[in-house]
Amino acid sequence: METIVSIRPFLAVLVSILAVPLIVSTRRTNFREGWTFFAAFAKFSIIASMTPVILDGVEIEYTIAQVLPSVAIKLKVDAFGMLFALVSSFLWIVTSAYSIGYMRRLKEHSQTRYFCYFALSLSATIGVAFSANLLTLYLFYEMLSFATYPLVTHHQDMEGRSSGRKYLLFIVGSSIGLVLPAMLFIYHMTGTLEFAQQGFIAGIVPPKLIWILVLLFVFGFAKAAVMPFHSWLPAAMVAPTPVSALLHAVAVVKVGVFCILRVLTGVFGTQLLFSSQMDTVVLYLASFTIIAASLVALSQDSLKSRLAYSTIGQLSYIILSAALLSPKGMIGGMMHIAMHAFGKITLFFCAGAIFVATGTKNISQMVGIGKRMPVTLSCFFIGSLSVIGIPPGGGFISKWYLILGTLEADQRFMLFILLSSSLLNAAYFLPIIYKAFFCTPEESLFENKIDEAPPWCLVPLTITAICSIFLFFYPEPFFSLAKIVSVGIFSGQ
Amino acid sequence: MSQHFPAFIIVIPLIAAFFIFTAGWLKRTYCFYIAAVALAISLFSSFGLLLQVLQNKVVVYHFGGWSPPWGIAYRVDYLNGIVLVVSAAIAFLNLIATKKSVEKEFIERVGPFYALYVLFVTGTMGIVVTGDAFNLYVLLEIASLTGYALIGMGTEHAALASLNYVFMGTIGASFYLLGIGYLYIATGSLNMFDIASILPNIFQSNVVLFAFVICLTGLFIKMALFPMHTWLPNAYTYSPSPAISLIAPLTTKVMVYVMIRILLSVFTPSFSFKSMAVNTSFVWLAVIAIVVGSILALSQQSLKRMLSYVMIAEIGYMVGGFWLANRAGITGAILHIINDAAMTLCVFLVAGNILYRVPGDSFDNLKGLFRKMPFSMGAFVVGALSIIGVPPTCGFFSKWYLITGGIAAGHYGFVAALLFSSLVNVVLFFRIFEIGYFEPFGDLHISGSMDEEEKTFDDAPLGMLVPLMIVAAGLIVLGIYTDTLVTKVIQFAIPGGIS
Amino acid sequence: MVDLLTIIISKYNYWGYIVLMMIGLYAMIVKKNLVKKIIGMSIFQTAIIFFYVSIGMKKNATIPIISHGHDGGEHAVHAVDFINPLPHVLMLTAIVVSVATLGVALALAIKIYQQYNSLEEDEIDSQIKVK
Repeated sequence: METIVSIRPFLAVLVSILAVPLIVSTRRTNFREGWTFFAAFAKFSIIASMTPVILDGVEIEYTIAQVLPSVAIKLKVDAFGMLFALVSSFLWIVTSAYSIGYMRRLKEHSQTRYFCYFALSLSATIGVAFSANLLTLYLFYEMLSFATYPLVTHHQDMEGRSSGRKYLLFIVGSSIGLVLPAMLFIYHMTGTLEFAQQGFIAGIVPPKLIWILVLLFVFGFAKAAVMPFHSWLPAAMVAPTPVSALLHAVAVVKVGVFCILRVLTGVFGTQLLFSSQMDTVVLYLASFTIIAASLVALSQDSLKSRLAYSTIGQLSYIILSAALLSPKGMIGGMMHIAMHAFGKITLFFCAGAIFVATGTKNISQMVGIGKRMPVTLSCFFIGSLSVIGIPPGGGFISKWYLILGTLEADQRFMLFILLSSSLLNAAYFLPIIYKAFFCTPEESLFENKIDEAPPWCLVPLTITAICSIFLFFYPEPFFSLAKIVSVGIFSGQ
Repeated sequence: MSQHFPAFIIVIPLIAAFFIFTAGWLKRTYCFYIAAVALAISLFSSFGLLLQVLQNKVVVYHFGGWSPPWGIAYRVDYLNGIVLVVSAAIAFLNLIATKKSVEKEFIERVGPFYALYVLFVTGTMGIVVTGDAFNLYVLLEIASLTGYALIGMGTEHAALASLNYVFMGTIGASFYLLGIGYLYIATGSLNMFDIASILPNIFQSNVVLFAFVICLTGLFIKMALFPMHTWLPNAYTYSPSPAISLIAPLTTKVMVYVMIRILLSVFTPSFSFKSMAVNTSFVWLAVIAIVVGSILALSQQSLKRMLSYVMIAEIGYMVGGFWLANRAGITGAILHIINDAAMTLCVFLVAGNILYRVPGDSFDNLKGLFRKMPFSMGAFVVGALSIIGVPPTCGFFSKWYLITGGIAAGHYGFVAALLFSSLVNVVLFFRIFEIGYFEPFGDLHISGSMDEEEKTFDDAPLGMLVPLMIVAAGLIVLGIYTDTLVTKVIQFAIPGGIS
Repeated sequence: MVDLLTIIISKYNYWGYIVLMMIGLYAMIVKKNLVKKIIGMSIFQTAIIFFYVSIGMKKNATIPIISHGHDGGEHAVHAVDFINPLPHVLMLTAIVVSVATLGVALALAIKIYQQYNSLEEDEIDSQIKVK
């Protein structure tokens, strides 16, 4: 695997940090939003510019600082990181546009602070995507936790405070209490923390400790919301919807899953997972989360809560895909990172649009809303198709590969889990749409005139909905990237 | 000129103290400037010394030309070179940062205050730079007495707190003196390195053992290691803010330095660490200090008092790290001396800024501070993240070494205590963030423009903010340059025999 | 038994300083009056000064002061005839330190008295608790 050195990964991380002073210093709100857009576009272009290199099979690395003997803060771009970075940075552009519509219509306070911390959170996300070793990963993971706290607690009310506490308890408590000792133990035993293709602790760490370490990491990266460390996610829904959309459907939660996958493949390696039978343990943890989250989602009346529990379930799909230890399953999981992101962000955008236009948060109050906001609800329909996994939603491709993966790995029970959870997904999404569109005029709670969300909200959500369908027909570059990842991990076997 | 740097470090502030005192009568405004010049020269000399040490490994200075063991020799090597620079920098930055605060609190007593300040720095720097055991006692008492006086200048129960500190501090220093006396009986010398060369012949002697025990006990009292920590919270809480941001970062850390110096250079590791039972017991004592300090901090209702209990826990980090008796642990302890001094300065400067604008520092007074004093609170966030141990701030890296040292020594109780303390620190500091950020509760949707936010802005004056920002930035710089610090300086400070 | 007594009697200076030190510590810890505590502290420090001075003692030796005779002090000094001057010198410093500590402690006691109108620890504590 050829590697070149370039400062571009560092620039990609840095560009939104540098935008923060610019955002803070401008008086005019339009300029402030302008700087956010500029940073988002710049970030996406830098990342996109590195894509051809990665698709050729080359990796890019850059050392920021040698902070400890034998461990540095170092960035390395490979296919896995590139996939995640592309998704996040593209969706930031869309979310910034959405934020403008949302925050302005609701006349939210402290918007400058909001945009600043958003920029910092994206910096941290890209930092995680491009981390070359466990220390850098931990650094950016923590930075993300602290950068998103002011966003979650944006409303500065009692509810915000208690949700903030839960957020901290689960996310920071687990990273300091579980990940940090695991990381230091590995450093003590092996003297290095660099991710390697087949992991690097096989043979050095005694087998008995492997399962403790795996559990420490799976639960320690609580951003992945593996049960029982999931309660922070529904609590975080008190944040403004753009935060929930980008961060808690795409950036933060995918960071958690990304970290788990990165550690499972880069530190432990597939061989070690198989020989220590930790793959089975992780499979069962993930499948429990999938089913339990989907069942809980059915009982939620608040739309954002339902979406939150849906996210918890979908995240464990990706963890499951890694634990299957099969090439097709890995492709499915990688693709799901992208497909779920586009689908879920559409759903969250719709939820926010509904709140901005009508003030409703609960599903029971959304009877007949399709008549009033047809565009929004149609996009909601498309988004749910993608998440459920029905064509032409892009999610169909990722679920298809996941199913192939379960067959390849001879895990019939997992196939059953996947299919039944898809049914549950349908059960908690489709009734919303049915009630929204197909109800009698008496039942409808809304008048029969069209009164959509503001255009700054509407355009982004249509864009992401169209992307979800587009990705079904043309899933590049994600598919190629996913294939490179899969080949890289399984070529040793 | 440059060969006299060791002398300049303490003689210049000492002489300056007299000038400041007289200027206090004649023309008060000169006091600050004399102090600033003296401390700047000290800082410059310590930098110069560190550079000399990096080149020559050791710098030895014979006072008055008398060679040891008859004369007093000052000896600077890697260990005290770096601690000197850190102490001088803290004293200087703190002087600049607290100028406005001193003028507000002590306007008629500016002369005595700065004289005491500079004498305290003399004593503290002297402790670090000296190579003579009795000279260390003298300078220790200089630093302690001026510390007592500075603390006693505070409000409320400051005098009583200081008197209690006097009692405990005197016991501690006297025990140290007693220990030195026994070493003198056994070896006939007072020069640290001379003693070190004579001691190996008499390691079995009870005299040496007693000296070891009593010296350590005295030092533990002075550094507020549990259970001899009871003087610290009261003394730190009631002390005036300009004084405490000088005393808190320096006193206890310099005592830890003295412990390391005595145990590594005088008694040498072969004696200090040979009994595993002692090592493990001291680590467990440190564990108790960390746990008790963290838990007691949770029940406090005022900022400075909470911070002083956090300090007690931090002492546990350093003492425990050292007694792990492996390279990673001792590196962590030395690194933490540097890092903790910087972090302590940062948070206590913020406390000083807050007290400059707000009547008290109980948690009720901290409402809405993020809006009112965003820059000070921003620096407080950096300091808090460093105490919690979040990369890339320096606090994370000293915890890194301490935890790896604990794992290497198999002392998982110490590792657990460190993690526990980090988690408790998250709770402690986020409680303050919550009060400053969320309260007072109100409908914030009315305003959306930036003008509203500016009306409540009332941060500390620039003269207090700029040094604070430098310190906060320094925390991150120290973190990123950990590798340089460890490989260029600290690793040479640890004797070769330790693995 | 006789040996034990011999040991105790021959090391009388050590016993002396230990007893003094314990008296000082007792006063500092147990007594409630602040001035008595300060006196205890002074006794404690004096005990240590006593210890240092006593270890310089030698048999058949005199005070370490060279008297300048008529020949202008040219004759050699036999160290054997003089007791060790170094501990005395060190203790001059320590006495100064002790005096300074005493001064600081008394100044603080005056301030305490002005504030609480009492020098008894329990009375002061009850005043603090009321506040």
